[in-house]
Amino acid sequence: MTATTTPAPARTRVPATAPRRTHGRLRAWATRAPLLPALVFMVAVTQLPFVATLVISFYDWNALYPDARAFTGLANYQEVLTDADLRESVGTTILLTVTVVLASLVIGLGLALLLDRRFRGRGVVRTLLITPFLLVPVAAALLWKHVLYNPEYGLFNGLLHWVGGDGAAQPDWISRTPLLAIELALIWQWTPFMMLILLAGLQSRDTELIEAARMDGAGTWQIFRHLTLPHLRRYLELGALLGSVHIVQNFDAVFTITSGGLGTANLPYTVYQSFYQAHENGLASAAGVLVVIGSLVIATFALRVVSSLFREEASRA
Amino acid sequence: MSPVRTPPAAPVVRTRGLGLGLAAWLAGLLFFLPVAWMALTSFHSEEDAATNPPSVAASLTLDGYREFFGSGGGASPWPSLINSLVASTASTLLVLVLALPAAYALSIRRVRKWTDVLFFFLSTKMLPVVAGLLPIYLFAKDTGLLDNIWLLVVLYTSMNLPIAVWMMQSFLAEVPVAVIEAAHVDGARLPTVLTRIVAPIALPGIAATALICFIFSWNELLFARVLTGVVAQTAPVFLTGFITSQGLFLAKVCAASLVISLPVLAAGFAAQDKLVQGLSLGAVK
Repeated sequence: MTATTTPAPARTRVPATAPRRTHGRLRAWATRAPLLPALVFMVAVTQLPFVATLVISFYDWNALYPDARAFTGLANYQEVLTDADLRESVGTTILLTVTVVLASLVIGLGLALLLDRRFRGRGVVRTLLITPFLLVPVAAALLWKHVLYNPEYGLFNGLLHWVGGDGAAQPDWISRTPLLAIELALIWQWTPFMMLILLAGLQSRDTELIEAARMDGAGTWQIFRHLTLPHLRRYLELGALLGSVHIVQNFDAVFTITSGGLGTANLPYTVYQSFYQAHENGLASAAGVLVVIGSLVIATFALRVVSSLFREEASRA
Repeated sequence: MSPVRTPPAAPVVRTRGLGLGLAAWLAGLLFFLPVAWMALTSFHSEEDAATNPPSVAASLTLDGYREFFGSGGGASPWPSLINSLVASTASTLLVLVLALPAAYALSIRRVRKWTDVLFFFLSTKMLPVVAGLLPIYLFAKDTGLLDNIWLLVVLYTSMNLPIAVWMMQSFLAEVPVAVIEAAHVDGARLPTVLTRIVAPIALPGIAATALICFIFSWNELLFARVLTGVVAQTAPVFLTGFITSQGLFLAKVCAASLVISLPVLAAGFAAQDKLVQGLSLGAVK
């Protein structure tokens, strides 16, 4: 189903077809053979379940009452779209994704610019910076929930106490700003990802062009604004889109830090809850289909960006 | 990696350079601080870990680790660690077996419309996991595969195969075609060409691909949470046991989080140079 979004870059390196037809067909199959196991595997494991989800989404089906299964057409979609909780979770998903992606992109850009210069211990700093990204996501979420946010013995309140003395404020971070609590933990984990992509972008700049601009008297800001930023545009887009694809689907942080409570349930959590706890198979499937439609919008743009970078690499090679 | 630049001559520029270097160090330390604090806490006793303000200089102990490994009578983490190891290793191997020939057909002896095929693989990565979760759960329930580690192996393979195909086709593109042509002329069959010629040349790339697939499988929670229970529980699912507070347990949580993250940290640092390429699905080199 997703194949329709595939952009088709120029096909210049396809070899000429063999002269005789049967011989050519045989050769074509011989070329295709190594690809088939992977292709068949992917279609079977990723596309078939989605088709099943689509079918189930048209049924009124609660797993606790399996005999009452009936075709209901679009009723599940109607219910999902009018359900206040579900609509709220759509809003939460968008807010969470946009905040985390934008913040980690901006901080990641700053860090990439700092790391794009030579200084003592650059390798060490790079390693320190990517460490948050290399924690198991559940472990990172537990670290924020218990070790940093805990109102009684968490590090944040500990530092407040240390600085402000006995009268210092000791807020309960998670209940006071639940969504922000999740966002901060995710920004901390995703900033290194953005930094790595943007750093690769910075290091692929044409250094001669920058030197020439500097010779002509261009200032640091002018070079950044007119040379670096346009060059980085595609890398920024790529980081934003790949980040969005992952964060739209985030389950680990929401599940660990608030268990979907306090208005932080995003769509993946809601889908999980509606079939795993409420056993509403039809509703869960309809919500799942809606998540896919949302992701397709992002994915279409993402594929286009990857495709243009891919073509650029191919033409450079 | 770093482009050659003329060294700044003016002292003003040098001071600013020093300041920016210092800023980079500060940022690095700030990002690393929570991890460092977690490591320190894991070596404190539960009483010292839960003081406010924090006791930085408290004496060190391995009690948190002993508790985590079950000395206090809690569930042992070993079965879940072994499950994670089996699921991650087996799915990574399966990914390599499927992706290497596929990448060969997409970069060395190219099939027609090879870019379309590549983008089909990529598009499956954009399909949210929750979209297929319910049918997979129902299928597993009907076939008795619930709580079976091999179901996770299959799912993790499908999760990582697109990444591996994309990464490997960009690595295989660097293998000289003449060498492969020569082998084919000598009558070598495809498996021989792949294992004897392609794999050794592309080994660093294949290793990086394997490490990245291993990381993603090790980290996965949603499938594991829904599809496993007692027998096939993985390490991240074991960690979810720490979501609700259990009195004084901070050192234990820190020890658990660190031990379970250790394989990912090791794999990530080992694959550091190729990490961007893997994470950007080969789009960025």
